[in-house]
Amino acid sequence: MPNDGKAWFAKGLRDGLPISMGYFAVAFTLGIAAKNAGLTAFQATLTSLLINASAGEFAGFTLISAGASLLEMAAMMLVVNARYLLMSCALSQKLGSQTSLLHRMLIGFDVTDEIFGVSISAPGKLNPYYPFGMMAVSIPGWASGTCLGVLMGNVLPASVVSALSVGLYGMFLAVIIPPARKSRIIAGLIAVSMGLSFLFSKLPFLSRISSGMRIILLTVLIAGAAAVLFPVREEGGIPEKEEAAQDAL
Amino acid sequence: MRYNVYLYILVMALVTYLIRVLPLTLIRREIRNVTIRSFLFYVPYVTLAVMTFPAILDATGSTWSAAAALLAGIGLAWWGAGLFQVSVLSCAVVFLLERFLQI
Repeated sequence: MPNDGKAWFAKGLRDGLPISMGYFAVAFTLGIAAKNAGLTAFQATLTSLLINASAGEFAGFTLISAGASLLEMAAMMLVVNARYLLMSCALSQKLGSQTSLLHRMLIGFDVTDEIFGVSISAPGKLNPYYPFGMMAVSIPGWASGTCLGVLMGNVLPASVVSALSVGLYGMFLAVIIPPARKSRIIAGLIAVSMGLSFLFSKLPFLSRISSGMRIILLTVLIAGAAAVLFPVREEGGIPEKEEAAQDAL
Repeated sequence: MRYNVYLYILVMALVTYLIRVLPLTLIRREIRNVTIRSFLFYVPYVTLAVMTFPAILDATGSTWSAAAALLAGIGLAWWGAGLFQVSVLSCAVVFLLERFLQI
């Protein structure tokens, strides 16, 4: 991959396409929620253009229809979107130190689960034009999906909406599984994460924790434990122990 | 609605943007601390795994079609399929199963 902006932007457009399709489907259901909360198509589309965060918008629409205070709204956004704080911290280490403030501010506009996941899996330092390319296709998908969701709520057949809604999860898997094949530590970490996430969503008391909170809690706990148990010593790589283990094989 | 909708939207957009942009603009240099570096290295794997499972099971019309998509996705990604392929084929698995096997 040549290290120039154009090539990375083009790759971003390409890799952003599945993101955009998935967003369209999710945003469609988001639009239905917005309509139920009493928003017009314009207001809902504007929200999606400015925000691009599914859980955050869902929660926001609920609060709007409930007539919450602005402080409650701000607090809710903080909790629901706190995982982006972690992702942005991780992403900050992926940027070259010469990355300009403007570029940083633009990347920060659209740190989503998907764009973050794909950006972080790119080799070496992150060229800002890669996420820009993804944003260029995914933001229109997100906004137009929301708009259409408000306007024509139940026109798409349920089977299509149902199928499209696993698209985003498929992408997550495509990001985390290949490294898991190379590192048993990462594979184990993914298994533990999914297992605990399952328990947290099913066990009587723990399941009362909201899904946004669960993501933050488990991320801090599991990634924290892994950092202490399997410190990563060298540049961008797989932990030493793991490599030693592979050498021994 | 207690306030003007646009006021709500403004608060939502502002708080969300600050959460996303502050770490990117404030953390300008490479973190040297090995534990923090390692923590940030592991964050994406844990976060994406936690978000995928078990949420994927409730994403479609039936738990079975979703579980099939999950297994197909893991298998495809393991054997080297790219983002787009894994994503689209997972959708196709759900569509075909729900359409033709009615599960």
